[in-house]
Amino acid sequence: MAVHKRSYRGYAGQLTPLWSRCLIVTRYAFKNVFQWKLLTSFFSACFIFPLTCAVGIYVNHNLRLVATLGVRAFFDVDAGFFFHFLRVQGSLAFILTALVGPGLVSPDLANNALPLYFCRPLSRAAYVVGKMLVLVSLLSLITWVPALLLFLLQSTLAGASWMWANLWLAPNIFLGSAIEILVFSMLALALSAWIKRKLAAGAALLAVFFFGAGFGEAANAVMGTHKGDFLNLGGLIHAVQAQLFRQPWRSAISGGSAWMTLLAVSGFCLWLLARKVRAYEVVRG
Amino acid sequence: MAPVIELEGLGVRFWQRNILQDLRCTLSGRAIGLLGPNGAGKSTLINTLLGFYPVASGTARVYGYDIRTQTKQIRSLTGYMPEIDCFIAHMTAVSFIRMMGELSGLPSSAALERAHEVLFYVGLGEARYRKLGTYSLGMRQLAKLAQAIVHGPKLVILDEPTNGLDPPARQRMIRLIHEMRDSRELQILLCSHLLRDVEETCDEVLILKAGRQVHYANLEEERRTNKRFLELETAGEDAGFAEAVENLGCACALTSGRRMKVVLPESFVMRDLYRLAEERNVQIRRMNYRRDSLEDIFLKAMENANGRS
Repeated sequence: MAVHKRSYRGYAGQLTPLWSRCLIVTRYAFKNVFQWKLLTSFFSACFIFPLTCAVGIYVNHNLRLVATLGVRAFFDVDAGFFFHFLRVQGSLAFILTALVGPGLVSPDLANNALPLYFCRPLSRAAYVVGKMLVLVSLLSLITWVPALLLFLLQSTLAGASWMWANLWLAPNIFLGSAIEILVFSMLALALSAWIKRKLAAGAALLAVFFFGAGFGEAANAVMGTHKGDFLNLGGLIHAVQAQLFRQPWRSAISGGSAWMTLLAVSGFCLWLLARKVRAYEVVRG
Repeated sequence: MAPVIELEGLGVRFWQRNILQDLRCTLSGRAIGLLGPNGAGKSTLINTLLGFYPVASGTARVYGYDIRTQTKQIRSLTGYMPEIDCFIAHMTAVSFIRMMGELSGLPSSAALERAHEVLFYVGLGEARYRKLGTYSLGMRQLAKLAQAIVHGPKLVILDEPTNGLDPPARQRMIRLIHEMRDSRELQILLCSHLLRDVEETCDEVLILKAGRQVHYANLEEERRTNKRFLELETAGEDAGFAEAVENLGCACALTSGRRMKVVLPESFVMRDLYRLAEERNVQIRRMNYRRDSLEDIFLKAMENANGRS
């Protein structure tokens, strides 16, 4: 029907499957995210370090070039390399989360748009998953995806013996990044839902990480304990990654405790989201 | 007509406070009005039907689907225009309506086509590429209506659709509701505290007060069976005039010396009354001719509710 024929008519066409509805939330959120040129530039910049590492790995195996420069190799590609790679990319992932995360849920809450989502066959869980997929996919693209690609590149160039000797690294690269992505995403979404202003939510995310770490250090110094390390979320993530990559780490918190704390933080964020992401809030009166 | 909404002892409670109590009714009209003063529980009923609020007792069915267990099916069949101002400010109207269409299950291309269509239909065709944040209140109401009908629902729920509209914008909204109702493609549940809106558009009405159902009326039937009332004030030799009027098939009641109330039958011709007055040399000084309006029904329902409480 032509658009100028102004009469109401129903719809009798095909419908998309229910499971795919959360991807619509993701698609429109992506569209909104990449309208911000600064963010697009930053996201592109996040690939500079992985590309440099890829070039480094290639040069490592270019025997003629290595011989010309008179070195054995530029760097060793081992567990330490991937641990440090994820630390660098993790820092960039945190900045990306602070830029993207606060704008995901807060505008919908500020504009009272949630009833419009939930009056359709879209559950609250699907909405949260849809929004979370934005962060998960962006953060994945700059953390475990390039790390695994580097692993593959190194395996291809160094041969099967290197790959079999270091195969245990592959699942740990994924796991180490996954816990980081989970904590960053949940925290960003929960703060975005609780603080309706985008800028304030971004500031709160920075505060949780930096003030938390500072407060934890202060608590350690004053009380002569190491319990303050539990407030340092960045430190906890690195403790988990250090355990996964069998690297030394200065924190007194064991890997297991760090895992549990991070999962508890994620669970708490989920509870916060469940409280806030509703069509209407019932006010106690 | 098959029932649209069946309320089966529905009750909603928030923190030990009863918001809706024991609602029992079957609604099946093309346009159903939900009336009541502010705080009567109209919006709560709508939100409960959509599964936003938990049910404390009883249940309800929308097109036969239970609101306790089949909210997804209900939401697939309904479109909802909330009372509150809700939109996504940074989106253009067309992309907003398209997204809402896609979330309702329309494929992307169909959603885009329908978004253009409904925006033209509600009268926002020329402004469809403007961001919603720049819209006036009246335009935002129309955009809310557009998102409620973009997926072609079977039931569209309109919560105070004329709130904050100036008279021409209100007229436009009422005209749209009329058109949708008359298209016979969907049924309408209109929630309002404005009697005029409901009277102009609905053929069935449920009146709530303080969370309780105080009256149900089939307006179409009421309009058909409503007796027509005449209030007459006469002068002159009117002895036996009332009796003569009764002989015309009317029911007559003298309220004071020269005033009478006359209930007219459907077949009554007014000319007969004038002829009778002329024959008997009776002057008709005043004559009020009226039907029972929704306002009367509403006021009676409120009085009855007050009497009960």
